[in-house]
Amino acid sequence: MTRLRSGGLIDRDTHLRFSFDGRGYTGHPGDTLASALLANGVRLFGRSFKYHRPRGVLSAGPEEPNALVELRNGARREPNIPATVTELFDGLEASSQNRFPSLRFDLMAANALLSPLFPAGFYYKTFMWPASWWERVYEPLIRRAAGLGRAAAMPDPDGYEHAHLFCDVLVIGAGPAGLAAALAAGRSGARVVLCDADTRLGGTLLAEPDEVDGQPGAVWAQSVERMLRDCAEVRILTRTTVFGAYDHGTYAALERVADHKPHPAPGEPRQRVWRIVAKRVVLGAGAVERLVAFPGNDRPGVMLAGAVRCYLARYAVAPGGSVVVLSGGAEGWRTVAALARHGVPVAAVIDRRGEVPEPDAALARRIGARLFAGGRIAATRGSTGLHEVIVRDATGGTIPVAADLLAVAGGHNPQVQLACHLGGRPVWDEDRAAFLPPATLPPGMTVAGAAAGRYGLAECLRDGATLGSGAAAAAGFPNAPSPVPRAAGDAEAATSIWLMPGRKSFVDLQHDVTTDDIALAHREGFRAVEHMKRYTTHGMATDQGKSGGVLGMAMMATLTGRTMADTGTTLHRPPYTPVAIGALAGAHRGRHFRPIRRTPGHDWAAEQGASFIESGPWLRAQWFARAGETDWLQSVSREVLAVRSGVGVSDVSTLGKIELVGPDAGALLDFVYTNTMSTLPVGRVRYGIMLREDGFVLDDGTAARLEADRWVVTTTTANAPRVLAHMEFAHQVLRPSLRVAFVSVTDRWAQYAVAGPHARDVIAALLGVVHDVSDAAFPYMACGTFGDLRLFRISFSGELAYEVAAPARDGDALIRRIVQAGSAQGIVPYGLEALSVLRVEKGHPAGGELNGQTTARDLGLGRMLSQRKDFIGRALARRPALLDPMRPTLVGLVPVDKRTRLRAGAHLLPRGAPPRIEHDQGWITSVAFSPTLSHWIALGLLANGPARHGEVVRAYDPVRSGDAEVQVVAPCFIDPDGGRLRG
Amino acid sequence: MSYSFFSLAREALRGHVGWRPAWRDAEPQPRYDAVVVGGGGHGLATAYYLASEHGMTSIAVLEKAWIGSGNAGRNTTIIRSNYLLPGNEGFYELSMKLWEGLEQRLNYNTMVSQRGVLNLFHSDAQRDAFARRGNAMRLHGVDAELLDAVQVRARHPYLDFDDARFPIRGGLLQRRGGTARHDAVVWGYARGADARGVDIVQNCEVTGIDVANGRVRGVRTTRGDIAAAKVALACAGNSSRVAALAGLRLPIESHVLQAFVSEGVKPLIDGVITFGAGHFYISQSDKGGLVFGGDIDGYNSYAQRGSLPVVEDVMQSGMAVLPMLGRLRVLRQWGGIMDMSMDGSPIIDASPVAGLYVNAGWCYGGFKATPASGWCFAHLIARDAPHPVAAAYRLDRFARGALLDERGAGAQPNLH
Amino acid sequence: MRIPCPHCGERASEEFSYLGAADPVRPAADASAAEWHDYVYLRDNPAGVMREFWHHVHGCRRWLVVARDVRTHAISAAVDAGA
Repeated sequence: MTRLRSGGLIDRDTHLRFSFDGRGYTGHPGDTLASALLANGVRLFGRSFKYHRPRGVLSAGPEEPNALVELRNGARREPNIPATVTELFDGLEASSQNRFPSLRFDLMAANALLSPLFPAGFYYKTFMWPASWWERVYEPLIRRAAGLGRAAAMPDPDGYEHAHLFCDVLVIGAGPAGLAAALAAGRSGARVVLCDADTRLGGTLLAEPDEVDGQPGAVWAQSVERMLRDCAEVRILTRTTVFGAYDHGTYAALERVADHKPHPAPGEPRQRVWRIVAKRVVLGAGAVERLVAFPGNDRPGVMLAGAVRCYLARYAVAPGGSVVVLSGGAEGWRTVAALARHGVPVAAVIDRRGEVPEPDAALARRIGARLFAGGRIAATRGSTGLHEVIVRDATGGTIPVAADLLAVAGGHNPQVQLACHLGGRPVWDEDRAAFLPPATLPPGMTVAGAAAGRYGLAECLRDGATLGSGAAAAAGFPNAPSPVPRAAGDAEAATSIWLMPGRKSFVDLQHDVTTDDIALAHREGFRAVEHMKRYTTHGMATDQGKSGGVLGMAMMATLTGRTMADTGTTLHRPPYTPVAIGALAGAHRGRHFRPIRRTPGHDWAAEQGASFIESGPWLRAQWFARAGETDWLQSVSREVLAVRSGVGVSDVSTLGKIELVGPDAGALLDFVYTNTMSTLPVGRVRYGIMLREDGFVLDDGTAARLEADRWVVTTTTANAPRVLAHMEFAHQVLRPSLRVAFVSVTDRWAQYAVAGPHARDVIAALLGVVHDVSDAAFPYMACGTFGDLRLFRISFSGELAYEVAAPARDGDALIRRIVQAGSAQGIVPYGLEALSVLRVEKGHPAGGELNGQTTARDLGLGRMLSQRKDFIGRALARRPALLDPMRPTLVGLVPVDKRTRLRAGAHLLPRGAPPRIEHDQGWITSVAFSPTLSHWIALGLLANGPARHGEVVRAYDPVRSGDAEVQVVAPCFIDPDGGRLRG
Repeated sequence: MSYSFFSLAREALRGHVGWRPAWRDAEPQPRYDAVVVGGGGHGLATAYYLASEHGMTSIAVLEKAWIGSGNAGRNTTIIRSNYLLPGNEGFYELSMKLWEGLEQRLNYNTMVSQRGVLNLFHSDAQRDAFARRGNAMRLHGVDAELLDAVQVRARHPYLDFDDARFPIRGGLLQRRGGTARHDAVVWGYARGADARGVDIVQNCEVTGIDVANGRVRGVRTTRGDIAAAKVALACAGNSSRVAALAGLRLPIESHVLQAFVSEGVKPLIDGVITFGAGHFYISQSDKGGLVFGGDIDGYNSYAQRGSLPVVEDVMQSGMAVLPMLGRLRVLRQWGGIMDMSMDGSPIIDASPVAGLYVNAGWCYGGFKATPASGWCFAHLIARDAPHPVAAAYRLDRFARGALLDERGAGAQPNLH
Repeated sequence: MRIPCPHCGERASEEFSYLGAADPVRPAADASAAEWHDYVYLRDNPAGVMREFWHHVHGCRRWLVVARDVRTHAISAAVDAGA
């Protein structure tokens, strides 16, 4: 065990059991999976992507490239989870990844022997012969080898939710800078949101011995938290990572609500995505330590120096028993001091500087550490973990030093990602040897502390306090200057030691990219950083190069002789750390993907045994099966015949309804419909079509003039929203002077079609004797208001038919009243399928024909284009190609062999023509089995169709093995004279 | 030098020191026979075929940043030829045929992976529309199969068949469809063009187009003036800006399309799957990441970033069809600028300015078109006549009414 | 994005739908075919400030003209299209 006897922010009295690769361990609340495994002496965590090299823990944060595990089991298994940010809980189960058969004995490690064959981009140069082997042989091998962890491959059992926050000041990061900023802004009375990815506030204060305002950093952080919680307008979100900056002050954050438990409580989301809209933002995301490239820098036991201090102080874990520290300055010596303070032996300190300041040298002497001033690392040794560091001293001699931990202090990468999500490019700063936030920040953002390259504690606190109160003031909350928290330790010279090339000097640990790979990219011309990145995959792993990314740029800068500023860096894109797809999707899953709309008559239809079908957002009754019916076609045919011979009722509430009021309503309708509406008398209905401005049909429907200044128009179900927006555009933008107002009333009215020879009897019974609905009083295309009801004598079925509408609250009652009124006539409910059969029999265009690609002429409606007025689409409908008679035009089709089933989507070819595209003359748009005619019928669009009635053509449907001869007929199969309508 | 396992093995023995640049980073010369503006996939393919098929060698490709830095470098890599309209299907099938031999031809492994493209449908009407498209493909001699729900389930058992808002009723499958490695396509064409003498000039932005007496004379660039009798634009999202340098207005709007990649995982999804009740498509790259996307954001944009609501919409569609995605994590999202044409189909045509050619309007489907786009554009530039399979891609089709509107959306690019 | 609706205040962009450039003026009914073609099909598509139509579909249902820099999304004005 390597747990220290005292210290740490862990609850030693509570023991948590967990397992890794099936073996049981214990840890404490406050541990991460990484700290707990390290405390148990585990150093080997995983295998690398390409060479299957053993890997341990590099960091103590989200930048971790190595210690990735599969967390949990079964449907909750999550791959590639950094052990360094996984909170320990009782019962946690984790497994290592990318190894076979086991982590310690990984046969795939043989890859390493062949590694000379696998340099960057090797796959672009081979695997090309024979061509057919790619999908069959090479690619499956590559795919199996690639990827680290295994996804669950089962539906995610947990829930997610989205939530919104609006604030004056968003503070990102609760380290010293963020805490000072939140405190300053919070005291102003501004609405402040403070987010931090960690479980508790404090950031680096939790891992360092420094004091703030005379208290240990962690204690000060707690006191600030208490003060913030006393501010009514401050909200603190821990376990919350702000992962994306979007436009106009919008930020996205992921709160891990239940990831620290075995599973969420009932009803609790696993994670929550916050959309935060902020007037001002202080980014205090801190800095991540930088990897150093040296031979063997990937061996388990090589760890970032700050991570070493964090494991010592925060988790009370000694990540090694004999340590070598690679230092470039104060950071390294701070680590030496921390190791000494916690009683961990330091075998050697390698300081890249030729001259080591005396206080540091004295420290080395005091603790008995060998000091290699001006030294470097020549190699590391060890099989599954470090046991020896080969030091090259200033004279060039190599000295082996036994060690199981190599603490690397290579400098810092400010976490500027969120400052760059809107397209800003980080700026290289030579003095700080780092990429700093871009000159153009997201509007309203300032960057504080280490994220801006100001690493000293006192600097961070001062920065935070100043920018926090500045942000509040800018958001309208001027405040007295907040006292700046006091701390020792100010700006120190930035350290930058990066490159000690040699074999297996990794710049991207997770993707196994080495300095040799960067050199190869350079040699082959992939010198732009984006080319280098894409060619070598450097920085494209789950850590997105947070720790090692700059090394590749530095290596390329060295090779090309360019400065870092000229070399540049790749773009930062959301998310800052990976975010679960389920979390981004939120609660809209499964049946809740989209809202379901039900008509007022839904319950009645369900009682009647309706089968429902999705129709856009709606659920509509498809048919009403009756006892003994075994096939949907039986039910539909019965319903159709009932309408043709008796009477039926169907729910048409989903059709769009727009009500217009005003003296110029008719003028607006004249503008949006191709035909003239304004001449319609009160109490009458007219069929109309609308075009898009490009001359193609937008929609069809009816316009009813209820009163002189009151109209209601209908649209198809599918186009209802679009037609309303179209009419609003026509009015507000193109004809703003028209005095008319209109609104969608689709949901306010339930509407039912009553159709069939006996329909009038039903309507008469429904309305009672006081209302005269005789043909004389209420002829075809009449409309009127009868008490609360609206009645339209319109027909989609070709029968004597009415549509009756009632306010939605009465919709359920109305359908029951209609059925009761029709009981004497044996009224039959009919569904969407019968509705479709009836309209195909009559040749009315619907979805299959109104597909956005057809003109009025194509649909045989060319005569509806008024020649006497302007209307939307008029001009462009006259383009020559749209008047070409060879355009496919609406026809009816009947099978030559009446037993043949027709299918929509079949193409129409000349009879006997071979099935080649040059013979393609159209297609079938809609089909129906006509029980009236006892065979299948179809509507289709056929080149020069109206001139070809009587001709036999080929209906070719190879994707369903269909190939039939069909005769072209007029697109109306029942009652072509319309006598029934007017009956 | 030729790429092969043997050259790789030889270099392995000597530390890979013998490799040479895949293409020269050329200095611009004062004069070329033809200048291609835009070093993306289309521009490089055009230059490659100009050299390889039409014997032209005095060619420069001018790229304002690094080659492949536009949409070729940020897309979801899908290749397919499953179009409905005759003007499109023949063209995309030519592209597919060119993909099928591309690696051997270029001696560069572009990882063309024909593991199938499956378009799911969720209603009878959608099935019939897909049947119409599948039949059109078959009439072109292209493979297409209409699967029912049982067949889809056998192929992709992890799709949501049990709790879906819009149940899966089947799918249209093109087995020859699939994916290709987008960057490799750029590099492969660049290497092939370079080997045939084409100058690939990076960091060279065109700032002006010289026109005299209705004829193009050359271009002005950030690296000096370049004379050329033929100037060919292949500028994708920047087409309008560059065409405006010659006084042209195009039927194009620039919109942003987002795409996403997840962390790498072991093989999970085979082939490409598209959702029919929302806008969503997904495949798994050979590196293990799930690559997916949805609809364009829906507003004009030259900013290569998208908005959060569209991110959420894409993820909802993903979860609607693949509920197993829930715990997988998005690693990176990005936005590309799409040259959305007014009917959703591309333009490959001469312009009213003699010697100036336009290749644009690829909407979010340009990647799969790369080989045929280059092939046909090169034909047009070299012979001053449209290639037969791209004959429908004329600029005057809007005036004539001969539109290629696959979706029936009309002249509104954000609906295509 | 957040759109400052002149009637409803600043709202999230998903409350709106988009139609594109607001500058082209619908030609007179008797205008030439070329004018109609240009109106419906040609676009300036500038990389800079654009005046464009947004429709507040999930709000006041008014069509707005928004001036937005399409490189940065900075919005400098938003007025009712009928104003």
